[in-house]
Amino acid sequence: MNKSATQDPSIIKTVQFEVLRYNPEGNEAPRLQNYSVPVIRGMTVLDGLNWIKEHLDSSLSWRSSCRMGICGSCGMFINGLPRLACNNQIVHLHSDRVTVKPLPNYDIIRDLVPDLEGLFEKHRSVKPYLIRKDTEEQEKPTGEFFQSQQELLNYIQFAYCIKCGLCMSACPTVATSENYAGPQPLTAGWRYCADSRDEGLQERQEVLYSSYGVYRCHFAGACSQVCPKGVDPALAIQLLKKDAFLRSFGFGKKKKAGPVLPPVRDWTPGGKIPEAPAKTVPRKTE
Amino acid sequence: MRESRLWFWHILSAAVILVLLGIHMGIMHLGELLHMAGIGSGDPVDSSQVFGRSRQAVFMITYILLLGAGLFHGLYGLRSMFFELSLSKSLEKLVGGVLAVAGIALFLYGSYVAIVVYQMNGV
Amino acid sequence: MQQRLKNRLGIMGWLGGGRYGMDRYAYALHRITGLGILAYFIMHIIVTGQRTGGVERWESTMAFFGSTPFKIGEFLVVLAFAFHAVNGLRLIFVELGWWIGKPGTPSFPYTYSTLRHRPLFIVFMVVAAVLMIIGGVDFYFVLK
Repeated sequence: MNKSATQDPSIIKTVQFEVLRYNPEGNEAPRLQNYSVPVIRGMTVLDGLNWIKEHLDSSLSWRSSCRMGICGSCGMFINGLPRLACNNQIVHLHSDRVTVKPLPNYDIIRDLVPDLEGLFEKHRSVKPYLIRKDTEEQEKPTGEFFQSQQELLNYIQFAYCIKCGLCMSACPTVATSENYAGPQPLTAGWRYCADSRDEGLQERQEVLYSSYGVYRCHFAGACSQVCPKGVDPALAIQLLKKDAFLRSFGFGKKKKAGPVLPPVRDWTPGGKIPEAPAKTVPRKTE
Repeated sequence: MRESRLWFWHILSAAVILVLLGIHMGIMHLGELLHMAGIGSGDPVDSSQVFGRSRQAVFMITYILLLGAGLFHGLYGLRSMFFELSLSKSLEKLVGGVLAVAGIALFLYGSYVAIVVYQMNGV
Repeated sequence: MQQRLKNRLGIMGWLGGGRYGMDRYAYALHRITGLGILAYFIMHIIVTGQRTGGVERWESTMAFFGSTPFKIGEFLVVLAFAFHAVNGLRLIFVELGWWIGKPGTPSFPYTYSTLRHRPLFIVFMVVAAVLMIIGGVDFYFVLK
């Protein structure tokens, strides 16, 4: 270990990082490699990996970006659960051993880098965008589509998805099925089907109601447990199932897409913006 | 959609099974307790009891209903598992076909048995 | 040569509950009990088909299946049925959107459908356990 690091009084403890290494260019089998990492207060697993890369092993690869649970890049299998590395402090794992592996159910590109292309492809297949019959209005909008606060609540939770792919690696069906759409795409599908401004169910049901769609979910609940944004894919899928069930009886809600609101009158852009208040502190340069 | 309909029947057959198999299990596996409580009598798999039940129209009809519901529910469940195994399209079709044929064959055989025993004389 | 390493969990993903919630374990058990019951059911159709041969053939068949190992096997089916039936009833409710809550605005610490459903999950499992115990008491008298 770095000598200066051991003398630092802010170090709480030293943990053993056990990281899965895989090199696609060699013929080596994947192996676990150990690193000793000094932990300071507030240090996340991602910080630990950065420390390793800086001090011990520059060849270690992973994917990360924002460091604050927004971008969804650093999904990893940490101590037995899929989690975001930036979202979990080492101290909160309550263990002196931190096992970091790439997300299961995805091909591994290198070390801790999973290939998420399959997820994005399935995500695209459910047409995750507003589909309306009045395409002309969508192309050249004359106003906003109406939506009440209550209607917003039907889907806003599912719109929080950051496509990190943790749910897919937790799902037992995805563990064996390459074809199953999976929790993220189905949730994305329901997010738009439940949107009061959308009219695209007809176009999406080919994927959502197919034999690789919503009926391959059996409510194991792992997806909702691991979701770092509280999106609750299991709930979305059950609501989608219920909707499909009611529709098969003809009880489905007849959906009338939110109408186009008339443009706001008596308002000119930039017309009545008040002046900024007078400066109270003089600028340093002045 | 086809899968929606199949799933609907899966749920409906589950409800039918829950009631009918619940009764069936009660008769067959709580026989001793029911006997102690003064309901029913003796061993439920004793031949006089078995044939006694089989010759009642109510039992014959519910046997066939339970047979159909049970086979559909069980084989659709098995099909679900196969469909989650990343099989090729043609293999999936084959599995679906084999399970459908097996289900129909077992249903016909079971119904035949229920009807023959129902009509049996002198047992 | 660049090559991707396959990392799908396979059947272990079905069976291994790991550190996931109890719903995941119920899922695995539901599959296993379902397969067990289906295997028994198919044998059961063929065995009860022996009734067409009349009383004698039925009695000889039952004499064959009357031994203790078969009785224990049948008792396992009773246990499997108790779990599969009660858990299946729970799943029907859940899959039709009952008792899992409504979508809202997520705020930390997050609550989610399986967590909201947990008390009912426990109630259903207790019912399954009670049914198993009742079956077990009856089985005790059968063996006696």
